[in-house]
Amino acid sequence: MSDAPALLKTPLNAAHRALGARMVDFGGWDMPVQYSGILDEHNTVRNAVGLFDVSHMGELEVRGPQALDLVNYVSTNNAAKLAHGQAHYSGLLYEHGGFVDDILVHKVADDHYFLCVNAGNQDKDFAHIAAANRWDCVVENSGPKFAQIAVQGPKAAATLQKLTKTDLSAIKYYWFADGEVSGDWARIAHTGYTGEDGFEIYVAPELAEARWNELLAAGAEFGIKPAGLGARNTLRLEAGMALYGHEIDASISPLEAGLQWIVKMEKGDFLGRGKLEAQKAAGLNRHLIGFEMRGRGIGRDGYEVRVDGTPAGWVTSGGPSPTLNKNIGMCYLPIHQALPGVAIEVMVRNQSVEAVTVPIPFYKRPK
Amino acid sequence: MTYPENYRYTKEHEWVSVEGDTGTVGITFHAQSELGDIVYVDLPKVGSVVETGQSFGSVESVKAVSDIYSPVSGEVVEINTLLADGPEKLNEDPHGAAWLVKIKLADPAQVSTLLDAAAYQAYIAG
Repeated sequence: MSDAPALLKTPLNAAHRALGARMVDFGGWDMPVQYSGILDEHNTVRNAVGLFDVSHMGELEVRGPQALDLVNYVSTNNAAKLAHGQAHYSGLLYEHGGFVDDILVHKVADDHYFLCVNAGNQDKDFAHIAAANRWDCVVENSGPKFAQIAVQGPKAAATLQKLTKTDLSAIKYYWFADGEVSGDWARIAHTGYTGEDGFEIYVAPELAEARWNELLAAGAEFGIKPAGLGARNTLRLEAGMALYGHEIDASISPLEAGLQWIVKMEKGDFLGRGKLEAQKAAGLNRHLIGFEMRGRGIGRDGYEVRVDGTPAGWVTSGGPSPTLNKNIGMCYLPIHQALPGVAIEVMVRNQSVEAVTVPIPFYKRPK
Repeated sequence: MTYPENYRYTKEHEWVSVEGDTGTVGITFHAQSELGDIVYVDLPKVGSVVETGQSFGSVESVKAVSDIYSPVSGEVVEINTLLADGPEKLNEDPHGAAWLVKIKLADPAQVSTLLDAAAYQAYIAG
C-alpha cells in the first residue's frame, strides 16, 4: 500500500515495456532507465544511433506581440538575436541569481516562442514566467500537446531523413524546422543532450508510438537501439552538459556553473541581472570544474571533495565514462582551486581517493 | 537462471557456498541483473574480520553503488583478484568465477539459518 500518487506516463510507456525496459520513477514519471544495458546504449549513441523517449520534458509557449519582451525578461540569453527557426540554450533565474531552470528557447515567429523545459520544473517554470508577465502575453503550459523523441548519434540524420521530406541537411545545429515525419506535422530540432549529432522531434502524443516504431525500423540498418535515462546521463556527463538539480539549482548562478556564455548583460534588464552584476564586480567564490579519478574508486553525486585534506567542495555528477574508460565527474571548488591540474581528493565512502581537476567537456565529437 | 541448490542465500542478494569451515561468498544473478553493467568492485582486505549483516564492500554499476552485506561471520582468507580488472565478470558468471571473498567461518552451523535456493527464488519472485 502506498500513498504516493500514480506515476505519470509518456505516450510511449507501453512501447518501453514491450521492449523489456527497466522502468524507474524519475521525478514522478515512469521512465525507462535502460533496455539492453547502459554501456551498450551509450556506445550505440556514440558510434551509430540511439532513440530516446524524452516526452517527460515540458513545453511552454509564449505568444503575443510582446512575446520577446517577456522571454528576454525571464531568461538570460538574448532571444532578440534568434531568427525564425533558430533555438538557443538559456537560463531562467530568480531575482537572487539562482536557477529556476535551464531551458531551450525556440523562435517560431516574432510573436511566438516555444520553450523546452525540464520535466520536474515545468509547473514551477510556468508560474515563474506567468508571474513576470506584464506584457499581456499568453503563456501556455503545452506539455500535454507534445511527445518528444530524441534521435542521437552519427547516424541520426541518415535515420530520420528516411522518414521525412524535410531536408535535414538544411537545418543547422541549434536550428529547427516545422516539417513532417511520416506525413504528419513535426517540429524537427537539430538539438540534443548527448554531445553527439542528432535531432529532437516534437510530435502529437497520439502519433508518438508510430513515430517511435518507424524510427527503430528506419535505423535498423545502422544498428539503432532504444536508449534510456541511464545512457542519457553518461552521455551528457561526458559532454559536460549541466543537469538541473546537480550542476545547477536555485543556489547556483550561471557564472558559477561556467554558463556565462548564456548570460547577455548587454541586452538590458532581466530577472537575476542585478545579482549577476554584483557577483561579477565582487568576483566569484566558487566555480564548476571537471575531474578525473586517479586512485581506485568512483566519485559520485554529492560526495565531498577535499584539497590538501580540507573540505573544499562537492561532486555534482560523477561516474564512469564509457567512451574515455575513466571515472570522471564535475564538482564545485573554491575559485582559486577551480582550475585544471589541481590535485584533489574525493571522499568515496569515507575513504580519500586521489583525483585531478580537468577542463569541461570531457568529450567532443569528431567533426 | 538456475540458483545452485547447495548454496544458501540472503534477502540482500548474496550467496554463500560452504566447504569444510570455509564459505565462498558472492552476489546473486538477480543482484547483478538489477544493478546492470558492473564497473567496480570494492572488497575487504585478506585478514579482516566480518560479521553477519555487516557491509564488507560494495559493487558499483554505471548508475549506482550497492553495499555487499556479509551472509556469515568470520575472517576473510581470500579475495577474488580477477574482479579488480574485470568487474564485468560479475555480470557474466555471478554464481561461479566471479565469487567475491572466501571467509573462514566463525560458526559453520550458522549457514543453515539462511534461505535455500527455493526460498530465495520465491523471495525474488515477490
